[in-house]
Amino acid sequence: MKVANKTVSAVRLVQDALKKAHEFSDYNIFTFLNEEGALKKAREIDKKIARGEKVGRLAGVPYALKDNFLTPEGETTASAHILQGFSSPVTATAVKKLEDEGAIMIGRTNMDAFAHGSSTENSYFGPTLNSHDKTRVAGGSSGGSAVAVALDIVEFATGTDTGGSIRQPASFNGIYGLKPTYGCISRYGVVAMASSTDCVGFFTKDPDDMDLLMSIASGKDSKDLTTLDDYYNTETTSGRTIGVVKEFDNDSVAPEIRKALEEKCELLKSKGFEIVELEMPALKYALSAYYIIVPAEITSNLSRYDGIRYGFRSDDSNDLNKLYAKTRDDGFMPENKRRIMIGNFVLSSGFYDAYFLKAAKVRTLIVKEYEDAFKKCDFLLTPVAPNPAFKLGEKVNDPVAMYLEDMMSVSLNLAGVPGLTIPAGKTKDGLPLGLQLIGPRRSDKALIEFSKNLREVEE
Amino acid sequence: MKYYPTIGIECHVQLSTKTKLFSEVDNDARGKEPNSCVSPVDYALPGMLPRLNKEAVRFCILAGRAMNCEINAFSRFDRKHYFYPDSPKGYQITQFYQPIIGAGHVDLPSGVSVRINHAHLEGDAGKLTHFDTYSLVDFNRVDTPLIEIVSEPDIHSAKDAHDYCKELWRLMRYAGVTYGDLYNGNMRFDVNVSIAPEGSKELGTRAEVKNLNSFRSVERAVEYEISRQSKILDKGGKVIQETLGWNDATGVTTGQRSKEEAKDYRYMPEPDLPPIHLSDEYIKSESEKLPMMPADYREKFGKVIKEDILEILLDYPALMQKLDEMACDKAADTVALPLIANLFASVLLAEEKSAEYLNDLPSAKQLSELAEMNEKKELSSTATKEVFLKMFDPQMKNKDARTIAKELGVVQENDLGALEAIVDAVLKKPETLKAQEDFKAGSEKVLGFLVGQVMKESKGKANPSAVQDILRKKLA
Repeated sequence: MKVANKTVSAVRLVQDALKKAHEFSDYNIFTFLNEEGALKKAREIDKKIARGEKVGRLAGVPYALKDNFLTPEGETTASAHILQGFSSPVTATAVKKLEDEGAIMIGRTNMDAFAHGSSTENSYFGPTLNSHDKTRVAGGSSGGSAVAVALDIVEFATGTDTGGSIRQPASFNGIYGLKPTYGCISRYGVVAMASSTDCVGFFTKDPDDMDLLMSIASGKDSKDLTTLDDYYNTETTSGRTIGVVKEFDNDSVAPEIRKALEEKCELLKSKGFEIVELEMPALKYALSAYYIIVPAEITSNLSRYDGIRYGFRSDDSNDLNKLYAKTRDDGFMPENKRRIMIGNFVLSSGFYDAYFLKAAKVRTLIVKEYEDAFKKCDFLLTPVAPNPAFKLGEKVNDPVAMYLEDMMSVSLNLAGVPGLTIPAGKTKDGLPLGLQLIGPRRSDKALIEFSKNLREVEE
Repeated sequence: MKYYPTIGIECHVQLSTKTKLFSEVDNDARGKEPNSCVSPVDYALPGMLPRLNKEAVRFCILAGRAMNCEINAFSRFDRKHYFYPDSPKGYQITQFYQPIIGAGHVDLPSGVSVRINHAHLEGDAGKLTHFDTYSLVDFNRVDTPLIEIVSEPDIHSAKDAHDYCKELWRLMRYAGVTYGDLYNGNMRFDVNVSIAPEGSKELGTRAEVKNLNSFRSVERAVEYEISRQSKILDKGGKVIQETLGWNDATGVTTGQRSKEEAKDYRYMPEPDLPPIHLSDEYIKSESEKLPMMPADYREKFGKVIKEDILEILLDYPALMQKLDEMACDKAADTVALPLIANLFASVLLAEEKSAEYLNDLPSAKQLSELAEMNEKKELSSTATKEVFLKMFDPQMKNKDARTIAKELGVVQENDLGALEAIVDAVLKKPETLKAQEDFKAGSEKVLGFLVGQVMKESKGKANPSAVQDILRKKLA
């Protein structure tokens, strides 16, 4: 990571990043550019450097912030209409930790509104374009962040991953993307999608940067009772046995992705790693369970957007129900509404046991299945998504096809285990491919270390 | 036809914790500006997460034990969804499936025992004020910790409903978990009333009267409902299951919404709060901190202090504690305690601002000395009360009973020699001569006059019965 020092000023780093952000404005990456704020911070850091004062490990490093992290800079909207006009009085814990080390946010990145989606097409601000092919999607929901890093505008970007929202866009844009263990990084100040699966993570161009960011951002936060103890820097293992999941090796996965996985396995074998094939039959129910549990939590978490206290209000009529209905109708995207309705349905009395409770049981099975898998291998290597980046508009009107994009990513969120997207070459058309490295809970550092080894092996 | 009523009561108790249930802001909004005790968490900004107040959990143990309830080692929170501007999150965090307080019972002074089904911990809602064309909302009360105490339908009269609510109010105050200010809604009662023909084994359809905030209104609302439902059944009609409001001014219940159109709260496990695990040792050590409860005092003082007096005093935990200190200080004699109890009761019944008397109680030592002086006839009953009242005077606060009595000049003269001298002086007065003769002639009536003269001469300090004895001896 290029850090500001005596020879390269923070102002210079920030100016370069902002210049590139403008250059690539047609990709629709940013919902807000923090030009003044970023330069002001950069000047402060340069002053410190000039005075010989200690600066943080990310001094002057420009980064992009997914639009669902609360900070006082600009409006935090989660790329949703209903949050237009909301500027936060508080700063998310993860952001605070980065900024305490001197990182400088140059802008907020586009996303599917409230992170509902796999293509960034569900944004109130319109889609972000793929870094390698402007006719294709960036992936999602953290599309803007992934493209910002892939186009080298910033050194890193934050993301959130509730069902693949970091790993899939990382894969679609040929970079690293980590969804940590559930509870590794504080969710305080991050607009909630589904509380029991939401994870804060990062996009980087190499695993060393990922390691540094994780060592900074991870850890217990008294403001988030679901955070784990500070294990990241102390727990690591190395793995020699790599599992592949039989259930993911089928015709719904694009041939080029299957080939990339095969090649990676061959390479590992040739270097003395052991490859084992595992059956994980419960995983085929993961997508169904996910699209019950997550909409239930979504409908609950979105209840607070009612037009009463902040953000957008559509109607000032004196009829309360009309005010709610019109505000939420105008304020939410179709995909938000779809999930709100699914969530309400599966929680409604008479259906709770049949849907939510059953899905919760499936979730327990999936947790168990991952635990069993990691008795037989150290890591799993799987595709991230069944296809490389698809065309803009191709799936946005076919929700089920869009949900199927998540079939190989969501089970990790249900199980709370970490997953790291690593680049795995390109299709013959030049589209990036990525694979997903999965480890047991708390193996975040081990995953990153392993990906470093893998990179060396490849070179 | 005769009907048998069956009543179950849900009671909301606001806990007097320092901070709110899920945030670090002040929980005591009394006298504060609207919306001045609100954190980003209470206000439900995006991305805010609840933190659990440990003191509230501790209060649950105390409240639960006060009602003889099991404390569950494992409990967790659920979200109860509904849209209303008083609920910033769009849901209330409550304990629908696994509450912290399990089954128990509350025993009323009458001997009736009401079983508690469970009690759960939850956050309160904000407060709306409606105007002609707009409404205002105050979030100060949002996520003030509440426990909701759910009784079994073990109550069968308006009087018992009243007594149950009152006993709960006492228990919660003795446990020290609430300010117990009913006027400001610290405790609110929802009463479920049904009636069935006497002897019937099946319960009737119940109606729920919501948001009662005094024992009196509980009693009246139950009476009203019994009579309303009886009239319906007498006419061959059917009681509908519905939620009612109570109008204290008119004394009638009015329909709010029927249960048929009741909301579906879409309960869901609260994913932001890990379950509460309580160790046996923790439950035990916290339970041991529960002070003496009304039942303990009834057992301890029931034979010494008259029941009606004791029931008056039991409304005041600090006072009972004082009496208990006195009882420890001096042996729980059958004279001192009833005397002090009576004094307190007379003050509490007579004085409008009786509560003020209880802010700063005299010490047990002061009270013991007062009782002793009364017992030794150093103070008349009037003087005893006079000294007692003076003990609440801030200027007299640190003075013992004898000093106060002396300053007031009300200590009785019991020295027989001194009294004899005064009697002699009175008997020498010409205006008493006639009475002396009349007495000697057999008129008992005039003795009172003579005693009165001696009292006057002694400036009221003489012990009248001793004076009488001396007079009889002298005039024999």
